[in-house]
Amino acid sequence: MSDLFYKTAGELSGLLVKREISSWDLTQAVIERTKAVETKVNAFLSYNEAAALKQAKNSDERIARGESRGPLEGIPVGLKDIIAVNGEQLSCGSKILEKFNSPYDATSAINLKNAGAVLWGRLNMDEFAMGSSTENSAYQVTSNPWDIERIPGGSSGGSAASVAAGEAILSIGSDTGGSIRQPASFCGVVGLKPTYGLISRYGLVAYASSLDQIGPFARSVEDVAILLQAIASHDRLDSTSIKVDIPDYRTVLKQEDRRWKLGVPTEYFSDGLDKEVGVAIENAIKFFENNGCEIVNVSLPHTELAVPVYYIIATAEASSNLARYDGIRYSHRSDRAIDSIDLYFKSRAEGFGEEVKRRIILGTYVLSSGYYDAYYLRAQKVRTLIRQDFIKSFEKVDALLTPTSPTVAFKIGERSEDPLSMYLSDIYTISLNLAGLPGISVPCGFNSDKMPIGLQVIGKPYCEAEILAIAHKFERSHDFYKEHPKL
Amino acid sequence: MKYEAVIGLEVHVQLNTKSKMFTRVAYNYAAPPNSLTNPVIMGLPGTLPVMNKGAIEKTITVGLIFNCEIAKISKWDRKNYFYPDMPKNYQISQYDQPLCMGGEVEIELPGPSRNIMGKHRKVQLTRIHLEEDTGKSTHHTLDSTLDFNRSGTPLIEIVSEPDLYSGEEAFAYLTALRTNLMYIDISDCDMEKGQMRCDVNISVREVGVTELGVKVELKNLNTISGVRNGIEFEIERQIKVLENNEKIVQETRLWNAERGITVSMRSKEQAHDYRYFPDPDLMPVKIKKETIKRLSNQLPEMPFDKQRRFLEDYDLPYTITSVICPDKSLSDFFEATVSLYNKPQPIANLIANDLLRELSSAGTGGPLPLSECKIDPQHIASLARMVDEGVISKQVAQDIFIEIFSTGDVPEKVIEEKGLKQSSNTTELEVVCRDIIDNNPKPAEEFKAGKKNAINALKGQVMKATKGKANPKIIDEILRKLMVE
Repeated sequence: MSDLFYKTAGELSGLLVKREISSWDLTQAVIERTKAVETKVNAFLSYNEAAALKQAKNSDERIARGESRGPLEGIPVGLKDIIAVNGEQLSCGSKILEKFNSPYDATSAINLKNAGAVLWGRLNMDEFAMGSSTENSAYQVTSNPWDIERIPGGSSGGSAASVAAGEAILSIGSDTGGSIRQPASFCGVVGLKPTYGLISRYGLVAYASSLDQIGPFARSVEDVAILLQAIASHDRLDSTSIKVDIPDYRTVLKQEDRRWKLGVPTEYFSDGLDKEVGVAIENAIKFFENNGCEIVNVSLPHTELAVPVYYIIATAEASSNLARYDGIRYSHRSDRAIDSIDLYFKSRAEGFGEEVKRRIILGTYVLSSGYYDAYYLRAQKVRTLIRQDFIKSFEKVDALLTPTSPTVAFKIGERSEDPLSMYLSDIYTISLNLAGLPGISVPCGFNSDKMPIGLQVIGKPYCEAEILAIAHKFERSHDFYKEHPKL
Repeated sequence: MKYEAVIGLEVHVQLNTKSKMFTRVAYNYAAPPNSLTNPVIMGLPGTLPVMNKGAIEKTITVGLIFNCEIAKISKWDRKNYFYPDMPKNYQISQYDQPLCMGGEVEIELPGPSRNIMGKHRKVQLTRIHLEEDTGKSTHHTLDSTLDFNRSGTPLIEIVSEPDLYSGEEAFAYLTALRTNLMYIDISDCDMEKGQMRCDVNISVREVGVTELGVKVELKNLNTISGVRNGIEFEIERQIKVLENNEKIVQETRLWNAERGITVSMRSKEQAHDYRYFPDPDLMPVKIKKETIKRLSNQLPEMPFDKQRRFLEDYDLPYTITSVICPDKSLSDFFEATVSLYNKPQPIANLIANDLLRELSSAGTGGPLPLSECKIDPQHIASLARMVDEGVISKQVAQDIFIEIFSTGDVPEKVIEEKGLKQSSNTTELEVVCRDIIDNNPKPAEEFKAGKKNAINALKGQVMKATKGKANPKIIDEILRKLMVE
């Protein structure tokens, strides 16, 4: 049982219920694995073995009493350091919250606790989720487990890398422009961004409120379904949370024979798409075609506007959301300030990193009087057009197939001096956040450097079940999920 | 040259909802500092606002009593600026789609004397919107302290058009606002507790000129009379500036109530850029027709309408209506009493004089609330009836009132126990009267000599001897009869 840490939650929960293993053993195995590889991966900002083992013990006791809370009972789940857990650090990868511990639980954290999960560690991320490589963390650079000289993607790089490296069975991240799907693709794991409103944002530290969404990482589509089931819920503490019927995601996965109508947006296969990535995606599309699905070419004409629109809306919201870190109440306070205005300037100057400052300045600018109409208002209008593109194409198809990112994971430092090239790694994921749609990235091959490639399946609003089933169909017919990085 | 002032008021009123605007924490003025907070109030990372429906309905109710147009869809915007007592460094407010647009407030200007009704006029409103209150900063010599109890309390802002022209009008406007808002029970409107706050925009121009003069904003007005005095000072000051051929500076000035002057706080060369944008954490508010209908049906009769009815239907003097009508519980009490015994005038007198006097002497730090006193309409109806029926004198009725106010006993019981029933027994009273005339020869002589008023001294003595129980009409008859004999 030495490779417990590479089993899926689906397998493990069976073993736990049959009491062939204990959550204690499993958690211990994950801890040992973490200690063994963490010097290379650097996925965790912190972890607390004793606290994890205590939760594992509670799970074992519940299982022994026959009171298992479901498939997550006793399974170690890592959390991106942007989701509030009572009593734990909540740094968002930023110096400005270096000493901040949350005094309350996020709704998704409560849901995980109620599902019996073992909350395991605080995972590294780009500061305030701003970035695509996790290099913007104020604390450490996380490595891609497939090649430790490469980035894991971002902003949820710690969440993706930990699952890929067996340092967690499952993990939770957040996705504002691709921050779950892109690192999932780079690290060869499955990552899902749900429909906006499916998962409560209460306790998810806001970057861009109208785009942020929490979502699961796992090494199989089934595990993503299990984790999604636990965290999806209507929440009266989040006004943007939607009341919808939530299906049993794990049972609706089994639709292998369904003849899906799948759209391929032509705009997603233009210049900038890496050749090897393109080939892997073409192969995936052929797989569906050869297995009873109909492939339809569709057009999303406003695709090229998604990145600029995103950087107006997201930064505008961020400039306001991040105003609360002012050195007055709980965030970093400069000890060099000479008066109250200076306290703001120095605390924020010392506490925020370069990329965060860049986005706050951009967001402040686009909201300024005289510029609001030209930027923010216009961006909102284009956002509507982007959403309408999708709605139109969904009249013809059940889901869309695209690459998750135009390239595989790049080298650490390769793009950190060039924000624009960094921003382009999200061109296929950003539109979904603008349109509020669900998307999943599932491994669909490797390039010649043995770096993972991800296929993105985009669904209609609240059609997580469908995209899970499509991804599941692909995954079960390929062996990619069986491969693990050599660390 | 003749000048006129043009004044617009921005009035903030705290709503008395059970919980705050965007989270379930109560607000209470007297609570220890920072005891009424939670993660949402403190703006902790990850927290989100959830709208208080009660506050929306209260704001719509305000809009309805002032004939505003109620928005079909309203939304929330963030007003961004840094201030230490604002935890998120933005305030959730309403920018371009407020809940209420337009509207008017009826005011009464001072009459020629206290007992003559003044002129009524309608002041135009621009808008009423809902927002969250900030915390409170207190500045000390070396540092400042912050109290976030007030933070997040629902606050409405009532913005008037520049449609007021004197300190007296502003005073009347604020009084009318306060009376109306207290009538619908949305706030206690206590300016000293910050439940009602007023900023004034004021400019002066030559009579006949149509465009407005340079605007000065006046702050730190903590009482309604402070608003009047501040405006009056500021009008004078601005006229003097113009008369000296100088220019008015656009600025914010603070009213110093102790010195009775306004002092410059900051000049407003550059407008603050609040970078308003729709709050992505909150959904727009759709207001259903049924909601407006339900709230309209719950509106009480408003004070000026009530006063007009009281003047007409009950034939009450203006002075008494101007005491009773602005207070909803008092006027309800009056009508409940009249429904038990239909003699509006003596009842109004008992309420406006005796009841109010006792309430104000019984309270500590303000009059005792009517709801907490032991007198009910039945008490007053009985007293009025017994005076009318000659069972007790008016004087005794007043004494009994004081007693039952503190005990809550029914008046009949007090009359019975103390034997206060008015005496109309002529034989008994004749003995007393004869005694009084014999012992007070001087007034008796004067009366006989033609000084008819002298009889009053004797009446007083008889009343004293009978402890007020004697029927004054009968005493008068007996005394006259005895002295003519």
